Amino acid sequence: MDCTFIIARFDPDRNPQRYRQRFTVSAEPTDKILDCLIRIRAESDPSLAFRASCVHGICGSDAMLINGRVELACQKLVRDFKTGNNFVIEPLPLFTVLKDLIVDLEPFFEKFRQIRPYLITDGEPPELERLQDPEKQKAIDPALRCILCASCTASCPISRVNEDYLGPAALLRAFRYIFDSRDEAADSRLVQLDSEDGVWGCKTMWWCTDVCPKGIPVTKCLGRIKRALKESRADK
Amino acid sequence: MEHRYDVVIVGSGLAGLRAAIELGHATRVAVLSKVFATRSHSGAAQGGIGAALGNEEEDSWEWHMFDTVKGSDYLGDQDAIEIMAQDAPRTLIELEHMGVPFNRTPEGKIAQRAFGGHTRGFGQAPVKRACYAADRTGRVILDTLWEKALQMGIRFFNEFQLIDLIVDEGRCCGVVAYELATGAIHVFHAKAVLLATGGAGKIYKTTSNALASTGDGMAIAYRRGAPLEDMEFVQFHPTGLYKLGILISEAARGEGGVLRNRNGERFMERYAPTIKDLAPRDMISRCILEEVRAGRGIDGKDYVHLDLTHLGEDVIGKKLVEIIGFARTYAGVDASREPIPVQPTCHYMMGGIAADADGHVIMDDKRTLFPGLYAAGECACVSVHGANRLGCNSLLDILVFGRRSGKEIRRFVHAAALPAAVPGLEQKYAALIQGMLAKEGDISYGQIQAEMREVMMDKVSVFRTEQGLQAALATVRALKEKYRRIHIRDKGRLFNRELLDVLELGYMLDLAEAITLGALFRRESRGAHSREDYPRRDDGRFLAHTLVRLDPDGVPQVFTKPVTISRFPPKERKY
Repeated sequence: MDCTFIIARFDPDRNPQRYRQRFTVSAEPTDKILDCLIRIRAESDPSLAFRASCVHGICGSDAMLINGRVELACQKLVRDFKTGNNFVIEPLPLFTVLKDLIVDLEPFFEKFRQIRPYLITDGEPPELERLQDPEKQKAIDPALRCILCASCTASCPISRVNEDYLGPAALLRAFRYIFDSRDEAADSRLVQLDSEDGVWGCKTMWWCTDVCPKGIPVTKCLGRIKRALKESRADK
Repeated sequence: MEHRYDVVIVGSGLAGLRAAIELGHATRVAVLSKVFATRSHSGAAQGGIGAALGNEEEDSWEWHMFDTVKGSDYLGDQDAIEIMAQDAPRTLIELEHMGVPFNRTPEGKIAQRAFGGHTRGFGQAPVKRACYAADRTGRVILDTLWEKALQMGIRFFNEFQLIDLIVDEGRCCGVVAYELATGAIHVFHAKAVLLATGGAGKIYKTTSNALASTGDGMAIAYRRGAPLEDMEFVQFHPTGLYKLGILISEAARGEGGVLRNRNGERFMERYAPTIKDLAPRDMISRCILEEVRAGRGIDGKDYVHLDLTHLGEDVIGKKLVEIIGFARTYAGVDASREPIPVQPTCHYMMGGIAADADGHVIMDDKRTLFPGLYAAGECACVSVHGANRLGCNSLLDILVFGRRSGKEIRRFVHAAALPAAVPGLEQKYAALIQGMLAKEGDISYGQIQAEMREVMMDKVSVFRTEQGLQAALATVRALKEKYRRIHIRDKGRLFNRELLDVLELGYMLDLAEAITLGALFRRESRGAHSREDYPRRDDGRFLAHTLVRLDPDGVPQVFTKPVTISRFPPKERKY
């Protein structure tokens, strides 16, 4: 069957204007949206630019707006949409568009660097592995599904108005380390997040949770950080 | 733009990152990658990483070594396999110390599960050896190593496509790369180059591999005179999602899942009575296709069922979350209630750039080095996997030999001076790219790409014959001729994906030819290379590595080098 794709185009090297272009592509209901984009590039316009790699929702390359909602193009099939086989494809919001559907994620990854995304411990590790209670390992399990696709941060209303806000993805990674029972820097990590640019920037609007392609309860994880901050204040 | 570093690493998967971490404090190192580091295909590894930790039950590295040798159908080099199996427990402890969030046993140790071909007591029964983090093991290790590299301030050049190696008087002294975002040529002068560019599954029509897995590093090293080793050994993973090839981890069977034919029969009991559904991948892929040929595929079609319905919520909900999601999203199957349709999918290259256990690229059977050039990970053939890789040995391979390569390169660059910069390269390669874009051809890459994938899938996959291979070779060579007439429609500078597709296609055609030449040369059946016209293993003639190297006229030549056999003399391979 034929599907219509209206795609946001931009190539600053050739034309400073953004525009929308309509493509018709033949697709099966079980085709991924990414398959359609690849087909458009092969058959109609080889200059159409988008990122993709693993094609099954694990590398995190191909988050974009599909019919107004942030999705992974490789994780959504044609049949998943009730829009009469009409699709509007746009780049991730929030970030600077470099070309067509490709955005500059450097500011996104910069937020990661700020939260010190690595295990911090004192002293030498033991000879063998550190022992960890399986229940404590499970505490961070939801956050381990994150594939850094930027869907949550791109959708976050707060990130749109406060560019210094760490945003849900970086805060989720902070959660992963704060509640990793092996990490010894939880206190200083919490202090770092105790501001409007940190976890209090989150106004519990649930957009991050709603769009997460891995089904991570992002807002709840951020809520756990807030609770830990309140508890540490109460202790003092 | 020109850059100077001590070391350039090409590839930001686990082999490249692990080497970078080894080198980062002591040398100036740059990591180039065609995708952003965390998009690397190492992240798609699901089931686990093998090490005889013995956390769940008794295990020993000698058993692990034996299983790997037997799994390789005795083609793996036993000195290298010994290094890997012995270094595995240390590697796992190191990962845990870096922060990898492994699943845990009730006592809090790293949890382990069964995996294909891994046994206790030299083949007696399956053993729990695969250390795991649910079914996203590769992904969490990739994240952890990337984060470690961030902490160390390693310099990344993301979305840089490798174009060529700089070779001056036989020594590798840097690389030339193309920056996707701008179309600019970058020349990196360096004392040493490590290729960690991964596999080449995109040569085949059905594959679990990422779009980026196009064998760039292998092909470029080959064009620069390095031999490719054992390229005919291409792994087809038995359980790719039907029609799509998306990987359904062996962990599904490690946790108790079974394969069934159209009669509902657990057919692996017939083929591998001892370890059944946990037989190695080469064998199970053949068995699935035998079932299909005998008319026992589901509905008479070319797939079988992977049945997880008896595993229970606890296993499915906690240990196999990702693959359950894949089955639901892409096949519309609720794997807790109904079986998953699966068929073999191209998964892994056992072959690659001939390399030793310290990452040196080796030119011949006399251990002659390619000075300044190193290779590790899937793009290299050390050879620890021989004719067939066991599941959960690839993450191990790339971490063990990524680290060892890093150590060896560190030693080398401390003693070596930076070679004199070869001048004029930026202009030369910019002109080359311009020439490609300006050329008036009459064929699009898509047509050649589709034909290559079709013929390789049809004639150079699980089962092979002389006639089929000859036909495939003729087709690939005809496609190489057509490739000269390719036309690039997109003339843009920014993110010119078509230009990349064309470059990658050129690399894959060279590799497709090398794979087919190796397969024609090897008139026996061993591991993943199954010749229907030569169904037996022939140790008398073929207990040797195949090398394919371009002669000075650019014509591929096939020759061999001996296999290193230390502890385990070849025996018949039964499970």
